[in-house]
Amino acid sequence: MSDVFISKEGVSFMEKNEKALYAELDAYIGSLPTKQGALISVLHKAQDIFGFLPKEVQEYVAEKLDIPTSKVYGVLTFYSFFTMTQKGKHRVNVCMGTACFVRGADKVLEKFERDLGMKANTTREDGLWSLDALRCIGACGLAPIITVDGKSYGRLTEDDVTGIIETTLAKEEAK
Amino acid sequence: MVNIKINNLAVQVEAGTTILDAARAQGINIPTLCYMKMESAGCTNAPGSCRVCMVELEGRANLVPACVTTVWEGMAVQTNTTRAIKTRRTVVELFLSNHPKDCLVCERNKNCELQTLAADLNIREDKYAGKMAHHEKDTTSESLIRDPEKCVLCRRCETICNEVQTVGVYSAINRSLETTVSTAFNAPVADSTCTFCGQCVSVCPTGALTQASHTSEVWTALNDPDKVVIVQTAPAVRVALGEEFGMAAGARVTGKMVAGLRRMGFRHVYDTNFAADLTVMEEAHELLDRVKNGGKLPILTSCCPAWVKFIEHQFPTLLDVPSTCKSPQEMFGAIAKTYLAQKLGVDPKKMVVVSIMPCLAKKYEAAREELGNNTDYVLSTRELASMFREAGINFHSLPDEDFDPHMGESTGAGTIFGTTGGVIEAATRTAIYELTGKNPENVEFKQLRGTDNIREATVKAGDTELKIGIANGLASARKMLENIRDGKSQYHAIEIMACPGGCVGGGGQPYHGNDQSIIKERAASLYAIDGEKKVRVSHENAEVKKLYDEFLEKPGSHKAHDLLHTKYVKRAK
Repeated sequence: MSDVFISKEGVSFMEKNEKALYAELDAYIGSLPTKQGALISVLHKAQDIFGFLPKEVQEYVAEKLDIPTSKVYGVLTFYSFFTMTQKGKHRVNVCMGTACFVRGADKVLEKFERDLGMKANTTREDGLWSLDALRCIGACGLAPIITVDGKSYGRLTEDDVTGIIETTLAKEEAK
Repeated sequence: MVNIKINNLAVQVEAGTTILDAARAQGINIPTLCYMKMESAGCTNAPGSCRVCMVELEGRANLVPACVTTVWEGMAVQTNTTRAIKTRRTVVELFLSNHPKDCLVCERNKNCELQTLAADLNIREDKYAGKMAHHEKDTTSESLIRDPEKCVLCRRCETICNEVQTVGVYSAINRSLETTVSTAFNAPVADSTCTFCGQCVSVCPTGALTQASHTSEVWTALNDPDKVVIVQTAPAVRVALGEEFGMAAGARVTGKMVAGLRRMGFRHVYDTNFAADLTVMEEAHELLDRVKNGGKLPILTSCCPAWVKFIEHQFPTLLDVPSTCKSPQEMFGAIAKTYLAQKLGVDPKKMVVVSIMPCLAKKYEAAREELGNNTDYVLSTRELASMFREAGINFHSLPDEDFDPHMGESTGAGTIFGTTGGVIEAATRTAIYELTGKNPENVEFKQLRGTDNIREATVKAGDTELKIGIANGLASARKMLENIRDGKSQYHAIEIMACPGGCVGGGGQPYHGNDQSIIKERAASLYAIDGEKKVRVSHENAEVKKLYDEFLEKPGSHKAHDLLHTKYVKRAK
């Protein structure tokens, strides 16, 4: 199960070793009152730990929860939140739900593409940025809305984009 | 009891009954698509998602799906109001909008539940033509073909694979127009843990899951003057083939089947039952050897290729448990290309062995290299029927003919191989003879018969008590194997068949809509044929005896091991 962890610079989970990551997942599964109906929360946790959900992690979850791997894959492909591909150090999610779209989310997304020099739904070569267009994230009142590394920014225009990128990078330097 | 009205007819039904069941009990048909009872495993596929069974309730604004709505006191159901009928028609029209319209060249033409619904609901136009989903066909397996574009997402395959068979190959994946039922990682089915039992094919309402067909290869061989094409027919085929021609479930058509095969051009027509008797000789010998010499017990029968693949994937540490005997199909192939080729004076390279099987996994088995690739083509019962039709053979007017000599004789024991419990009953008859020197007084072991998923019985053989277990359906097989793995198993011998009911309910048999009464009729016919046979124990099959005398020496001989035994492979879960 090692080849999928081949390092890209800036990928945080590589800083821990693989065994420790699986141990963390084991501890979480062990803490659940029941394994029944736990798949979605386990996948959330696993994606938290590994950054993404490669084949090997899905097979591991299936084995641990005693359900077919096909079921794990089925749930994962249903929810756009889950991903099978490795993400960048900074994750930008642009909501493209109906409300956000009519209020200019497409322009915000295009601006990110230009500023970061990358296409939507990819991870940049240097592993620093992922840019994804998502379905509705359920915050239509703040449309158009994006999240960057888990933090929300609402009622945006494309003019806000450059600032958000700078703030994100500045935070990193401050660390 | 609950009082309800269906189409103004007052009826009393038990609480918890669905509207669908209550209506059907009154002879009122409500069409369904996704719904299917899977009686053998006590489960029902009723996701309530297709919305074809919508009915109207008095006093309720919305229609409800009849398959998942249970009755309540005072409920008044209308199944055929204009609104209900219109709604159903629209639902099916929407299914058709994302369904290929190549019915004329589809394998399920004239035998498709969606086509029947469209016809019954008087659909006369492609009302909602629009964007359609595109998915690749999966033709990677020797046994079955997946064509997801024809899938109506009924989830029957998922239920039968996950719950009845506990194999778990399928799940719905993706969403919206990309939704389909597929394997983990959308991988080719040949690379999955699929056992190729074909139960998914047997419940698919459309052409989304079909058998891999080999009829055209067989026609080519039959018309090649350089080839000697011979055929073997499995026991379960002769009690189901007639259904394809409108005969009653379980109709016995052995003689007509043999005659039809000769008219198609097969040079010689033989019986897999002969090879079943041969299997009994080898398997009984192996069982007694293990009992007497402290070998690994229990011994598991190894005739069912789906079950063999199941243990290889799911219990790779138990591969010393199954008998090393090849299946009757493969024993037949190995003997045909050696002994029979000599007898007939035919070059084995020019001999083509075709087998007619109730099974789709047999197609996969024939391609397993360690078995010697002696079976060239495997056709299902359905494929044979289609070839009879193609050749213009009028099945009903065929005379009854007999199998050819050398590998055509069979006993009652070989016949019952086609039903759950039959293989172990046949082996028991001969094991008792081997242990005591006498045939059992009564060869019918009723305690081994029946259709329960798991059965057990103790059979006396002189001073020895043989404890026997039987499982049919892979969920039950899994329970048996868990007991063996955990050291809880007390059995000497266990018979496992992957399909509910055994081979009579195989994935290559005429479509039966998962109706267990049809499968029971087929099994009853096999027991009836056994009952009428003069010779009912495998060790008295004169042609099998001759085979040992002239060629194999004795059961378990070096030559028998070379030709009739095999090994198993660890596979990933």
